[in-house]
Amino acid sequence: MSGVRVLVGTRKGAFVLTADGKRTRWDVSGPQFAGWEVYHMKGSPADPNRLYASQSSGWFGQVIQRSCDGGKTWEAPGGGITTAPGGMPAGESNKFVYDTTAGTGKPLTTHQWYDGTQHPWEFKRVWHLEPSLADPDTVYAGVEDAALFRSTDGAKTWQELAGLRGHGTGPQWQPGAGGMCLHTILVDPTNPRRIYVAISAAGAFRSDDAGQTWKPINRGLHSQFLPYPTAEIGHCVHRLALHRSRPGLLFMQKHWDVMRSDDAGDSWREVSGNLPTDFGFVIDVHAHEPETVYVLPIKSDAEHFVPEGKLRVYRSKRGGTEWEALTKGLPQRDCYVNVLRDAMAVDALDPCGVYFGTTGGQVYASADAGDSWAPIVRDLPAVLSVEVQTLA
Amino acid sequence: MIRVVLPPHLRTLARLTGELQLDVPGPVTRATILDALEARYPMLRGTIRDHVTAQRRPFLRFFACERDLTHEPADAPLPEAVVSGAEPFLVIGAIAGG
Repeated sequence: MSGVRVLVGTRKGAFVLTADGKRTRWDVSGPQFAGWEVYHMKGSPADPNRLYASQSSGWFGQVIQRSCDGGKTWEAPGGGITTAPGGMPAGESNKFVYDTTAGTGKPLTTHQWYDGTQHPWEFKRVWHLEPSLADPDTVYAGVEDAALFRSTDGAKTWQELAGLRGHGTGPQWQPGAGGMCLHTILVDPTNPRRIYVAISAAGAFRSDDAGQTWKPINRGLHSQFLPYPTAEIGHCVHRLALHRSRPGLLFMQKHWDVMRSDDAGDSWREVSGNLPTDFGFVIDVHAHEPETVYVLPIKSDAEHFVPEGKLRVYRSKRGGTEWEALTKGLPQRDCYVNVLRDAMAVDALDPCGVYFGTTGGQVYASADAGDSWAPIVRDLPAVLSVEVQTLA
Repeated sequence: MIRVVLPPHLRTLARLTGELQLDVPGPVTRATILDALEARYPMLRGTIRDHVTAQRRPFLRFFACERDLTHEPADAPLPEAVVSGAEPFLVIGAIAGG
């Protein structure tokens, strides 16, 4: 029987939530990596038992964890205990070193700081892990300060795809309030050489050659906080989403504005329509309907909680502009949580399941494409990320 | 043998309970202790000092024999009591936030 596995990263560890295809009775396991921030966990589409997790701490830095049994056990790849000198390979799973070689890195050492001065590029953490669609040992990592890394040996070693930082606009990139993070990585399922990334606050970028070269794709974006609101670089893109059947159709939740592109990001148009506010973090697309989109509006950039004390997911079945509030089963008074950018996901069952996690520690699920909701769990630490695997 | 005490999160990461003992060849300094620690427990690389620069992570400090050794040079000889194993070398996380 089919089932789902929901991978939840929180401020204080990771949790795995499982259910059968009915998605009504849930088993909650965890915490894994208790006490550490888990910014993201994601499973390999090529091998559902292969999971990757980003575990980090202000004290101890970055650790990448890997599971080969669906989250029952974990290891830091290459980080086993050596019993004698030379007995084991060196553990380098938490080693992310920017490429500063002349050949590929175009030694890029500074970006723009908040005050407009140049500031050294400093690795802080991995925000997002995106496993390859075809190879369980290949995984991309989006990091802060913004860069894209790739491992082809199951997260033992990491190499920067330096063409992104080095394509020309890197020195103009600037951190947003949450840091200068590369938080979104989308690989085109019909053309794995095409990759999209998004950076706060630099914008969206696309590669058509498997990550070697990149270009900004921000035409049509308008950001009032910029001195030149339609600038090529500097937009605080919060999240991108695409549908596997129409990967040239992209949706974006920007700092303000919900946007849509029908040409793989070459141009964008606003589809915020009748949303109560077009500020927010998450955006996702229905598993079977490429024009059905979900967002979760947040009051404003100064007030990071849902408006009017009501937790409402908004769904458009027309690719944006016309939105309906989905409230059944969600608190409609005295609710002041946020839903962070990596904390919404959909499963591939029919009807499509939709999931999101809040900064209040609730993880909500809908087994009917958003028509009704119920909490899977209510009292986790603040949720940083939610991913879902559909299991055969 | 050199005795080392790690903060709880690093003990969990290295799958250790209690203090550990390390064979540190040559002069016993903070750098040689951390070299031996990371060689035996490679999952700890990058968690105490930077991979590339070997600089101490900002929220960590080093103590031994009731002395704060955090700002001593990394290659300075450690107290004889640490060398003899009478006293442990302590890696301490700052109490901040969380």
